[in-house]
Amino acid sequence: MTSTHNTTREPVVGAPVDRVDGPAKTTGAARFAAEHDLAGLTHAALVTATVSRGRITGIDTSAAEALPGVVAVLTHHNAPKLNPPKRVSPVNMSTMVSGTQVNYLNTDEVHWDGQPVAVVVAEHSHAAREAAALVEVTYERLPATVDFAAELPNAVLDKGNMLMPTGAKKGDADAALAAAPVVVDSEYSTPQHHHNAIEPHATTAVWHGDELAVHDATQNMAWLRAHLALRFGVPEAKVRVLAPFVGGGFGGKGFAWPGVILAVLAARATGRPVRLSLTREDVYRTVGARTPSTQRVALGAGRDGKLTALVHTAVTRKSPVGGQPEPAVTPANHLYGAANIRTGQSSVTLDWIPNTAVRAPGDAIGSFALESAIDELAYELGADPIELRMRNEPERNPIDGKKFSHRMLREAYELGAHRFGWADRSPEPGTTRDGRWLVGTGVATAYHPQLRLTANVTVRLAADGSVTVRSGLHEIGVGAATVQAQIAADALGVPFDAVHVECGDSALPEGAMAGGSMQTSSVAASVLAACRKLTRRLDTLARRSGTAGRTPAEIVAAAKVPYIEAAVGSDTRIGKAAGQARFMARTARDMRRWQKAACGAHFCEVRVDADTGEVRVSRWTGAFDVGRVMNRKTAVSQLRGGIVMGIGMALTEEAHVDPRSGRIMNPSLSGYHVPVHADIPPIDIAYLDEPDPTMPLGLLGIGEVGITGVAAAVANAIHNATGKRLRDLPITPAKLL
Amino acid sequence: MAEVRLRVNGADRRLDIPPQVSLLDALREHLGLPGTKKGCDQGACGACTVLADGERINACLALTVQYADREITTIEGVDHPLQEAFVRHDGFQCGYCTSGQICSAIGMLAEHKDGMPSAVSEDPAAEGEELTDEEIRERMSGNICRCGAYNGVVEAVAEVVR
Amino acid sequence: MRTFDYVTATDVTTALRTVAERPGAKFLGGGTNLVDLIRENVERPDVVVDVTRLPLTGIDELPGGGVRVGAGVRNSALAAHPLVRTRYPVLSQAVLNGASAQLRNMATVGGNLLQRTRCPYFYDTASPCAKREPGSGCGALGGITRDAAILGVSEHCVATHPSDMAVALAALDAVVEVESIRGTRRVPVLELYRPPGDTPHVETVLERDELITAVELPAADAAPRSRYRKVRDRASYAFALVSVAAALRLDGDTIVDARVALGGVAPLPWRAAEAERLLVGAPATEETFARAAEAELAAATPQHDNAFKVELARRTIVATLRELQEHAAAGSAA
Repeated sequence: MTSTHNTTREPVVGAPVDRVDGPAKTTGAARFAAEHDLAGLTHAALVTATVSRGRITGIDTSAAEALPGVVAVLTHHNAPKLNPPKRVSPVNMSTMVSGTQVNYLNTDEVHWDGQPVAVVVAEHSHAAREAAALVEVTYERLPATVDFAAELPNAVLDKGNMLMPTGAKKGDADAALAAAPVVVDSEYSTPQHHHNAIEPHATTAVWHGDELAVHDATQNMAWLRAHLALRFGVPEAKVRVLAPFVGGGFGGKGFAWPGVILAVLAARATGRPVRLSLTREDVYRTVGARTPSTQRVALGAGRDGKLTALVHTAVTRKSPVGGQPEPAVTPANHLYGAANIRTGQSSVTLDWIPNTAVRAPGDAIGSFALESAIDELAYELGADPIELRMRNEPERNPIDGKKFSHRMLREAYELGAHRFGWADRSPEPGTTRDGRWLVGTGVATAYHPQLRLTANVTVRLAADGSVTVRSGLHEIGVGAATVQAQIAADALGVPFDAVHVECGDSALPEGAMAGGSMQTSSVAASVLAACRKLTRRLDTLARRSGTAGRTPAEIVAAAKVPYIEAAVGSDTRIGKAAGQARFMARTARDMRRWQKAACGAHFCEVRVDADTGEVRVSRWTGAFDVGRVMNRKTAVSQLRGGIVMGIGMALTEEAHVDPRSGRIMNPSLSGYHVPVHADIPPIDIAYLDEPDPTMPLGLLGIGEVGITGVAAAVANAIHNATGKRLRDLPITPAKLL
Repeated sequence: MAEVRLRVNGADRRLDIPPQVSLLDALREHLGLPGTKKGCDQGACGACTVLADGERINACLALTVQYADREITTIEGVDHPLQEAFVRHDGFQCGYCTSGQICSAIGMLAEHKDGMPSAVSEDPAAEGEELTDEEIRERMSGNICRCGAYNGVVEAVAEVVR
Repeated sequence: MRTFDYVTATDVTTALRTVAERPGAKFLGGGTNLVDLIRENVERPDVVVDVTRLPLTGIDELPGGGVRVGAGVRNSALAAHPLVRTRYPVLSQAVLNGASAQLRNMATVGGNLLQRTRCPYFYDTASPCAKREPGSGCGALGGITRDAAILGVSEHCVATHPSDMAVALAALDAVVEVESIRGTRRVPVLELYRPPGDTPHVETVLERDELITAVELPAADAAPRSRYRKVRDRASYAFALVSVAAALRLDGDTIVDARVALGGVAPLPWRAAEAERLLVGAPATEETFARAAEAELAAATPQHDNAFKVELARRTIVATLRELQEHAAAGSAA
């Protein structure tokens, strides 16, 4: 951008700028959804079903109602009517936001173990919780299908769509496999994973007449607002969703799960403001999780290591009451230049709450299988696993020959190998020992495709030199406000400290959801466009007032206006429809033109106790091609965060579902083991910082790429350490004995 | 109902609450101090860590009545170099576990100064062991960060120690 | 969470009398287990009697080299005490391997001994559990039993005892001092717990109104050469899959005294008497350790998904004894 105003300062894009919300978060001043005190506030608690399928035959609320401090006990007998959720429609993406198709408390049907069947409202949370335990519910049990493993023979092939393809084909992979001189053909499995954001889902809801204000722990204010308007029969303009701080999401707060609906319902029923803070157990039972999977990867190769056949199929779970299939096989369409490829996705239908996105849906679990299989092939061939990958590194998108918008996986491996010291590795399993520890190293590829949404933004430049960026974006821990301030500062040539980003409020211009690694690029494109507009206006002003060459503040001041402002996108109904149309058109065009993704190379060292099979990850290097990095500090943190979650996936994380009842038996942070400090070594992050020419500022989203490939890197390192190939996650000591 | 007198962040506070109310709920719901977070309410995540007479505890499993007359320090009452170090080293992302991490780290530094060993201390009988990164990780393991900002937390603590 | 009356006692007699007089009363220590269980509607006391302000917080040397630990001593204070660290390192290590620093600052010695199982079916009031509701059956059998016990189980209960500290105390032959309005008695830790049998809800030999007031650690020649090894699903802040508290005293290469206790594998801290019998008098070799471990585990009765615990326990016993033996060898060489 050229401009006549003074822009001589150092760029801040890329700099390791501290988070703008750092002081609020380190002093306890940041207010999360359950921390808004309102006059007359009440507290709600859920009662959840203990059968997987059935009908409620009786609810005795008398003991609960008699408890001092109880305001109301809502059940399907007395709850206000709710409009049912809409079926998912591709022309209105907000229809995707409903976690399930169940009309809570408006039905006596139970569709999963954990479905809310009553809500207690009380003056204090302790009374609500005590009363909830006193609600007696009886059920007529209906036959339920809940055992994933037992249901596998009944899997049905999924139909995909443009955004979520579920299968693809090139050549005849099965024939090529049969003819291949070297074959590996393995089954892999992954369990149900839960997000476990440390902030449990929470909502504070208040009605003023037909106006609704909701403080909610959400990654998706705009779609949630549309959904609440629909369910409660009020115009969207009457609904305001506020989420200035969200205590982690990872996909779990992307959709509207029962909690937020029932908090709003309870507020309407009681005429009082209601706070509903889910218990940790409630989160497990009322929010979707990552589906379990079983996967087959079959690779055929020549003795030279060139892949001739790649087959990747997966079976995941879906629900009769909503949700999307988990596209686990998509990485196989993009990673290797095999002559013949077949990928396919099937589902079994279980009486379960629908699955939802958990960090890198599909790619996180699919990459475990694919990247483990590649390592198996390398071992089979006696080839170095990086060398094998490079031998099959494609020039164009393998499945359809599209161009890559940008792909520097080769360079990422080179960078990572150098930093990690890969050359010193002993390829022979079980040959490196340090005292009681067997030591091994492994690699795997990280890969995550890129999409971009529309986002509306206004940028205002005031005569005092301050800049205000306004957009309904979400600060769920990704540093969104910080990064957008950096982008605006550079685009306008003002100091970083002069920029303030207003976010976390649906009353602001409609932003993009924080999900799918899409938010930063989506908003950045609009911030840049708005800043361009603003700069043009500034230039006009400068020419008119003869202040060319002065600072933006001086130009505005000299023009004797309080501020100038530029907007991108419109929040009117027509404006939003136009935005949606632009999104669909751009996405379709992009998808035709090129394959766009962030990628990287994980290098992992593990130590495995020779006696007990305890695994410790002792060293990590992740080298990434994530386009141009916006903030070295927050980007490194986010990539590390993905790796930490991937280490959990590799070694400890697993929901224990009783196959008889369909009930989660470890719905707690003591029973479901996420990594703790002691599990995580220093994680070295390197990145190429090369812009993707098709993306705003060349940036690629980094929220998810970090977790992809991690579990495979760990499993591959464990193989190198012990000679044992573990294909079933998590890799616990039990499996290594 | 029980009348409880607490000292919180240097101020005397009086509460009329039933005995089952946890210190965590008392702080968040009754005393207007929501800086202390509720992540699990089961002693399994550490988000609710506060200091009681300088010792770190999980406020979710503490009955308020048991802490009458104790000096409670929450994040709102903390003024410590760790706070800036957390920002510098990016020892958080979403910020929800941060109050607990910081209070826990303050308690941990005091414990270490008093000679408390840890599960990774080579010899439990040895005194004055250095607070290595491994020691910090073990001693901070009662504070879960799902965003995975563990490296930044350790760097921040190490900077303040050394 | 059901409401209850709260009584704080500053002298032992008042505490004992209050619990004796009120049938629904329970003693409350640091709260790290009982408060959680009340909140989950697993425990439903009418009254809790807070015993943390009783004068039971001393750690004192006994004539003859033993140590007396007040039941109100916090876990962290126990682990940090110089007498414990030098004479009973296994105990310090066991405590430090349990829970988190925050919980160790809260939990008391008495409460730790009496903490209840972490079996998920015990915690889930929607599931049957004979320990929680006598006669309701066992939800775990045929379900998720990965963490269940393999030794000393019954057809009514396969839950494990979760304490690390108690495993070390079992190895050390610690004795619990118990008081009630009827007087004081002494119960060896090994006799404190009752196997589940057909009454899994009866976990100890204590009467409802009896309070643990102290734990006595006898002087033991082997204790200074002792070690606690805990294997769990993550590196810290998790309950044991298997743990081993062990002590060895050697004369040359011959084992003259051996203590082995196991955690995570039984409804109570499991003293490995059979293993000890085979160790004492035998040469301190890998073969001896393996034979002892196998003998101890011969009676194991795992469930469909926790057979790994038998092998894991065998290996962990051997590894712990080997470590002690190597340490002894290094010490005598130095």
